Amino acid sequence: MIIATNITKRFGKLIALDNVSASCSKGECVALIGPNGSGKTTLIKSILGMVVPDSGTITFNGQNISNNWQYRSQIGYMPQIGRYPENMTIGQVLDMMSDIRMHEGRRDNDLLNEFDFKSLLDKRMRTLSGGTRQKVSAALAFMFDPEVLILDEPTAGLDPVASEILKQKIIAEKKSGKLILITSHILSELDDLATQVIYMQDGKLVFHKPIEVLKHETGEHKLSRAIASVMVQCQ
Amino acid sequence: MKKIIKYVITDILRNKIILSYTIFLLAISFTIFSLEDNSSKGLLSLLNIVLIVVPLISIIFSTIYIYNSAEFIELLVSQPLQRKKIWLSLFTGLATSFTIAFLIGAGVPILLFEPTATGLMIIAVGVLLSVIFVAVAMFAAVKTRDKAKGIGITILIWLYFALVFDGIVLFLLFQFADYPLEKAMIGVSALNPIDLGRILILLKMDVSALMGYTGAIFKDFFGTTTGISISFVVLLLWIIVPLFFSTRKFIRKDL
Repeated sequence: MIIATNITKRFGKLIALDNVSASCSKGECVALIGPNGSGKTTLIKSILGMVVPDSGTITFNGQNISNNWQYRSQIGYMPQIGRYPENMTIGQVLDMMSDIRMHEGRRDNDLLNEFDFKSLLDKRMRTLSGGTRQKVSAALAFMFDPEVLILDEPTAGLDPVASEILKQKIIAEKKSGKLILITSHILSELDDLATQVIYMQDGKLVFHKPIEVLKHETGEHKLSRAIASVMVQCQ
Repeated sequence: MKKIIKYVITDILRNKIILSYTIFLLAISFTIFSLEDNSSKGLLSLLNIVLIVVPLISIIFSTIYIYNSAEFIELLVSQPLQRKKIWLSLFTGLATSFTIAFLIGAGVPILLFEPTATGLMIIAVGVLLSVIFVAVAMFAAVKTRDKAKGIGITILIWLYFALVFDGIVLFLLFQFADYPLEKAMIGVSALNPIDLGRILILLKMDVSALMGYTGAIFKDFFGTTTGISISFVVLLLWIIVPLFFSTRKFIRKDL
């Protein structure tokens, strides 16, 4: 569904992505793992068209994404740090997004209801705590029933209750056959979610394997242990 | 695109600066017209306000607005929207707000006190200058990532067009006083929209006689319909060219 071929991106001298190729298909839940600054967010942003790669191509459902924008209506994106117009209320942001996306199918309000947003709708974005912002981002990502969900550190800053709600939601969406791309540093969480693992370091894609294969190769039962042993090998 | 423009305009109206700007213009215009018993003299005083204040407010507010909308822009870019449309909507929103503010603040008093060809020319130049400096501000804002640097650059741009440019022109005129520069001055004036606006209005006021031989040459060129048409085309280019380059830059920008 998403195929990236030889993506390279430089920010000045820093090579954020170095000849990265990857392909993800429907029904998978891909965990993007790597140390800080390894290029995970840059890769995600390239898929979203927010960062324009220096070379290489990305296709979405067989279409090249450069100079294309319609494909983004099939993506729900939850950024690492949700930034919203500060003087709009939560309700206004949600309405604006529905207005802009002109979504016609089902509107998925599960997360809105479960996070209990009713009492918060009139609050201005600037008054919100980091966790509540994160909840808004999550609700927006799932709201338009997209085919692909891209979640950048989704549970960072969420309280245990909210992060459990979000996790259950991700599992439910995975079961309904959507492609989910997720980055996280909390590997124990990814254990229940991921079916594939992409490991990145210094802008390079080190490996892309199904999680079972990875566990088998390293002889570990937990993803965190498996990744830890890989990281030691890499260094 | 209409939807984004709508959100931009609501957002601009919400922060009340444009509203204060409109009231400021209204107050100044009415004061000037009621102080002078001859309203065409009032027009001359108003001219300087239009040429100095309008570009200043327009360029600084637009730059700060673009920087402050970074979150909004980032949010929009991750949505199924064309980048070109996002950028042009921001421009349309800002340009519309400033045009309306100027039309209410200065246009209405001018039409009330001095509904002559000169009055209409001031209104036209004022509106064009508002939009030109929105376009220039957006170009500066998209070029520099750093907010303080970006705002600094726009202040310098304004200083350049409002003061420094005239200084350079005067300097050149004195240095090359022995050469016939009058015709060349017409070309040079196209390099500064504020100057071009000033010449267009002054010639309508029939004070060009005060400008000596240069004034006569200007009158020869800008007095004709062709001259005026060319000037307006040049002013429009001052909108289109920065807008074109800023859009091109924005389409490729990493957010």
